[in-house]
Amino acid sequence: MVPFAGWEMPVQYSGVIEEHKAVRSACGLFDVSHMGEIEVSGDSAIDFVQFIMTNDIERIADGQCQYTPLCRADGGVVDDTIVYRFNIDRYLFVVNASNKDKVFGWMLEVQAKEKFPDVTIEDLSASYAQIAIQGPKSIDAMRPLLDIDPDDIRHFHFHIGLLAGEIEAIVSRTGYTGEDGFEVYLDPKDAPALWKVLTDSGMPHGIRPAGLGARDTLRLEMGYPLYGHELADDITPIEAGLGKYVRFSKDFLGKEVLERQSKEGTSKALVGLRMCDAGIPRQGYEVQSGGKTIGQVASGTMSPSLEVGVATAFVKPEFKAAGTSVEVVIRGRAAKAEVARLPFYRK
Amino acid sequence: MDFPKDLKYTKEHEWVRVEGKTVVVGITDYAQDSLGDVVYVELPQEGASVTKHEPFGVVESVKAVSDLYSPVSGSVTEVNDAIIDSPEAINEDPYGDAWMIKVEIAGASELDDLLTADEYQKFIEEEK
Repeated sequence: MVPFAGWEMPVQYSGVIEEHKAVRSACGLFDVSHMGEIEVSGDSAIDFVQFIMTNDIERIADGQCQYTPLCRADGGVVDDTIVYRFNIDRYLFVVNASNKDKVFGWMLEVQAKEKFPDVTIEDLSASYAQIAIQGPKSIDAMRPLLDIDPDDIRHFHFHIGLLAGEIEAIVSRTGYTGEDGFEVYLDPKDAPALWKVLTDSGMPHGIRPAGLGARDTLRLEMGYPLYGHELADDITPIEAGLGKYVRFSKDFLGKEVLERQSKEGTSKALVGLRMCDAGIPRQGYEVQSGGKTIGQVASGTMSPSLEVGVATAFVKPEFKAAGTSVEVVIRGRAAKAEVARLPFYRK
Repeated sequence: MDFPKDLKYTKEHEWVRVEGKTVVVGITDYAQDSLGDVVYVELPQEGASVTKHEPFGVVESVKAVSDLYSPVSGSVTEVNDAIIDSPEAINEDPYGDAWMIKVEIAGASELDDLLTADEYQKFIEEEK
């Protein structure tokens, strides 16, 4: 257990590699109750939501969710989040634990400054626990517990219903691993019971508890961003390669900067790196080309699926093409690497 | 957790087996367990000098990089290259297959402040 943003977090149960492989081949159970939940509701809620997010909530219907960065006017990312659309007047933002207070304060500030008096913004983080079940067998573990056929919850849709006949929950077909799976939001008092019934129901399908260590290697193999690595207050979604979650057909905070960057280019670009030499790239390591610095590693690990060192890195845009040879400086030694297409892992 | 009585230990979680003027060095069961899955190891070349309390190599788990601190000063006479290709041996057999380096020491005084198995065990219990 390690402390993180005021929570005691399980980094690993049986071992990162074993947990990682269980999620890729069967299923893993994650306690991600540290995630924050902020509800935005009221008559002009949709206008406020559209103003603070770069993606376009009008592209989804009630009962669906959408990934989006949240940006300041300067284009810097406050957080990245999944927004659950209950109806046109009610939304739930699932935010990173370490950013929760910042996002909540920022939303209140934007509301006051931009005059959205009819909107109510509530920090409901203490009212929700979150358990994620991830992996190709997740659906088999969910089927006997859910009050509908889990196949009826399509990708990035959610269902509000009962699990095991008595546990009220929001169940979405979402995740952070690149595998099929579900994320379940429920009253914290019911979380231990749900953990147990999921463990029992997943037992014949090879379910294992999985910790933050595996969560990180799974997301990195997919090239999914993690705030504090690929995203930060001084990084824009365009720089982080998240242009497809930025919709210029509507107005939003940061639009001017992001539109300019998307037309004129940026001074850095996020790429994937795969090591050619031995060694494991880590956050902060320098990236070079012919001995000259061209960037820095954002996240790095040994990929349990590919058994090779992989990383994301911000580099000068002229080096972003897949196949470009670069070096990562590991303890003073320039180790050969190659720009790789994301995701690193494909089924 | 296993701490063989015939070995000496350091507070940096290395073990030492004395074989005449040469010592064999590795990391303890406690160290491998705390690290988790070891996926990479970097060791010095044969002939290199190592210095007591100074890093002589690196082990990496999936999550973290850790220095290996030399329990003695001396010259490296042999390196266990096999664990470079199979770093998982460090988790599986830390006192056997996963020995790391052999070091020729100047004299027995190099061993003076090393811990016995009991002292080391007491030390890690206090550290927890």
